[in-house]
Amino acid sequence: MDFFTLTLAIPLVSGMLLAVAGERSWAPNLNVIASLGTFLASALLTAEIVAVGPRMVFGEMFFIDSLNVFLVALTAFVGLTTSIFSGPYMRNEREHGRLTAPRLRLYKSMFQLFMFTMLAALTTNNLGILWVAMEAATLTTVLLVSLYRTPASLEAAWKYFILCGVGIAQALFGTILLYFAAERVLGETGHALLWTHLVDVKGQLEPTIMALAFIFLLVGYGTKVGLAPLHNWLPDAHAEGPTPVSAVLSGLLLNVALYAILRVKVLADGAIPTGFAGNLMMGFGLLTLVVAAFFLSRQKDIKRMFAYSSIEHMGLITFAFGMGGAVANFAGLLHMTLHSLTKSAIFFAVGHAAQKCGTQVMEDIRGLIKINPVIGWGLMLGTLAILGMPPFGVFASEFMILTHAMKHHPWATPILLLALGVAFAAIFGKVQPMVFGETHVKRLPHAPAITPVFVHLALVLMLGLWIPPYLTRWFHEAARMLG
Amino acid sequence: MNTALPLSTQLINLFAAVVLLLAFAMLAQRRVLPLINLFALQGLTLCLSTLVVAFTTGQAHLYGSAALTLALKAVLLPLILHRLVRKLQVKADVEGLINVPTTMLAGIALVIVAFNVALPISQLSSTISRGTLGIALASVMLAFLMMIVRTKAIPQVVGFLAMENGLFLAATSATYGMPMVVELGIALDVLIGVIILGVFFFQIRDQFDSLDIRHLENLKER
Amino acid sequence: MNIFGFLGQLFAIALALLLAPLLTGWVNQCRAWLQNRSAPPLLQPYYMLHKLFLKDVVLAHGASPLFRFAPFVVFGCMVLACAIIPTLSTDLPFAPAADTIALVGVFGLARIFISLAAMDVGTAFGTLGGRREMLVGFLAEPALLMVIFTTAMISQSTSVATIVETLAHRDFIIYPSLAFAGIAFTFVSFAENARVPVDNPATHLELTMIHEAMILEYSGRHLALIEWAASLKLYAYSCLGLALFFPWGIAEGNSVAGLLLAIPVLVAKLAIGGALLAVIETINAKVRIFRAPEFLGTAFLFAVLGLLVRLLLETQS
Repeated sequence: MDFFTLTLAIPLVSGMLLAVAGERSWAPNLNVIASLGTFLASALLTAEIVAVGPRMVFGEMFFIDSLNVFLVALTAFVGLTTSIFSGPYMRNEREHGRLTAPRLRLYKSMFQLFMFTMLAALTTNNLGILWVAMEAATLTTVLLVSLYRTPASLEAAWKYFILCGVGIAQALFGTILLYFAAERVLGETGHALLWTHLVDVKGQLEPTIMALAFIFLLVGYGTKVGLAPLHNWLPDAHAEGPTPVSAVLSGLLLNVALYAILRVKVLADGAIPTGFAGNLMMGFGLLTLVVAAFFLSRQKDIKRMFAYSSIEHMGLITFAFGMGGAVANFAGLLHMTLHSLTKSAIFFAVGHAAQKCGTQVMEDIRGLIKINPVIGWGLMLGTLAILGMPPFGVFASEFMILTHAMKHHPWATPILLLALGVAFAAIFGKVQPMVFGETHVKRLPHAPAITPVFVHLALVLMLGLWIPPYLTRWFHEAARMLG
Repeated sequence: MNTALPLSTQLINLFAAVVLLLAFAMLAQRRVLPLINLFALQGLTLCLSTLVVAFTTGQAHLYGSAALTLALKAVLLPLILHRLVRKLQVKADVEGLINVPTTMLAGIALVIVAFNVALPISQLSSTISRGTLGIALASVMLAFLMMIVRTKAIPQVVGFLAMENGLFLAATSATYGMPMVVELGIALDVLIGVIILGVFFFQIRDQFDSLDIRHLENLKER
Repeated sequence: MNIFGFLGQLFAIALALLLAPLLTGWVNQCRAWLQNRSAPPLLQPYYMLHKLFLKDVVLAHGASPLFRFAPFVVFGCMVLACAIIPTLSTDLPFAPAADTIALVGVFGLARIFISLAAMDVGTAFGTLGGRREMLVGFLAEPALLMVIFTTAMISQSTSVATIVETLAHRDFIIYPSLAFAGIAFTFVSFAENARVPVDNPATHLELTMIHEAMILEYSGRHLALIEWAASLKLYAYSCLGLALFFPWGIAEGNSVAGLLLAIPVLVAKLAIGGALLAVIETINAKVRIFRAPEFLGTAFLFAVLGLLVRLLLETQS
């Protein structure tokens, strides 16, 4: 059996199985096993692609190249660690009485289906199906955000649905325009939405239509990435949903939405030689970065703060891809990977910390290092990593983005430095007393799964010190493809 | 001058104009049930317009889309919404944030913007229904406006669905519709979306005893 | 201009003067039937006019010359309007005197005079009526202008006669814009002619009346002229609507046969229109005066939509 088929089929089948079976004692294990299976399949798929190069699957429906295969592997990996983390986390929540068995069943099946939609969005060759998968990803997570059924979580889910719904509708209009532009060149062959065909004729696409299409697509998928000014749903959804959901939203959904923009940007760049798409992305990226940085300092809720940190990083990555060129694209891809790993690690640590202290309000979380040194250090190291301290990998990618900006867009450098500085001060100032400080809190009934935190952080550290050569080659290839 | 337009184009234009009219009617409608009926009517008009396009151009897959539109947007979704309204015992009135005439003026401004945006594109198109692209974009924007000015959950959802109607019109007018597989996917998404929202409505109502989403305004930056 | 055209024009004016009260009578009769009342005779408006013309004029103490002067101006404006609008034939020697925009101006002039006259005597009702009339007028006029622009864009001319010529003698084309414009025009006509959703011509209830409040102080031949002018206005609007949206049957040249054929067609169309008017008035309730702006706003919306649809959909070749 094909590894690719397995990668897509495992989450789909297990999601349905979990929905039908209900909350059994083996359900959490099935969740982990399914995620492990997906990860192994995707790892083998990656190895295969590295060995033989890009290929199509099922006719021309799916397409795997160096750009999406590493995202597939990353997605599957974060999915795996999240499922490991969520086992004890969810048991604790149930013990607290915050969740019931039917909701846990909903959570597990939706989690797997969400993985399926993410992987489908990444691998599909059809830009229409990409849209469908993105919308499906919203739908699977809406009920997860409102899993606690508290007023705040319902509000967050409603906002998430409506804002992303509106955004995704813009993206559909963009897709229609794109199809329209493509049909003029490719004819009514049914191939006009297939990316592999589009990329061959990108130079012939009508620039006027492509410009408009790209604006709509950027705004549409940008809503999901969390680009300002349509980022409002993101902090709410991250703060009010269960922590595993926050981790996958931040670590995966944002990436996949950005991936959609990147795919379209390649086409827009081909059609519009003036760098219109890149400039637009740089503008949105900078705006997002600055807005998020200044909101960071005002946060009281820990998950909310890290949600804003996600917005900030997404802004930075969007800016990097907007600059374009081999170095910036390389940095952008690297930063995407590192952000996923680091941010999900932070959310794991935060989830346990909040569960231990029974609150997400930062002022009430104190002295983690005494309650549970492992979580305390995990949160501290994760924070240092996301803030771009050497030797963690984020430092390398941020450094690359900054130097590239200085060289080609010097006007943006002060803004970048200011925003990063503000973000650093805000986050570090708040995390420091949470980790060190006085406290009295009792132990949790189930020991937290802390391994994922350190696995992620170790990877981030490794990528800061040494990037494996095949990974470099791979990033280079993807960066070259992005132009 | 105008004599060059063939009858089918005239019919399509007429239907598009009706869609626009219905978009405005929905914007102005203060009650929930007539709002849903207007939505169903818009779906029906879309279906008719698609049928005319399909008949004129002989695009077989457009018959499929027309049937899909009829089944989903003119029958199934309105039925689900009616059922929801009945089960949730929603009160008849729809409160708006802004009064109706102001909303209408804003709507006109949006239509002008939409027409201006769409004009250069529709001139590039070669379909018989290209003129309606501006109307499609205008309906999308009007639905968007409706989502902004309404404070109850169900009208917002109707706005969301109406937006999808506008997008569908855009697809038929610019390109004779998207590939069938994409259209099926979109339809599936919309259907699942409405079902999930139905579940969601009950959650909101259980929590707040009301479907007024002004209860949902506590999460903001302080 | 030849003598025949001139005669045709005079004939059209005479016909307007004659038919206008009949139209009012017909609408009143239909309304009465629909509302299960015993109907007044069809010729009742003529009896009214006759009676009023015979009566003495009673003037208020403070009335200025304007007050006495106004009915004649209003009547004159309406006759002029009826002269410009093609009722029987599009070959009108008077038509170059004023195009559609001027036509709206003529209606505006009449409105200003009647409002000034209403306020002239200084009674509370007059002032109230005058103010309400201006409110309605200032909202209705832009909508009417938009309707006219739409038709003018189709025919590339603002002359009423040319517009009707273009619209009447063309291949069958569906104009969505004209449908919008037609709805808007209907709305405006209701408001301008003091019909039910905005005003009720049959009541003197102080909370609601507009037109009747303005003319309370008039009597005798002044009142007769104003009533006649009101009938003429309804006639003019009906004919304008028919000419713009159902122009079939209007003679193009000035042959006697064409004119003779046009008369029964016009009468039939007016009869149907009047009956429809009665139906609409019966099935609708009068709205509060403060909802009138909403009503007219909708009319404006339709008119603008018509214009936009015209611009977008119908201008491509």
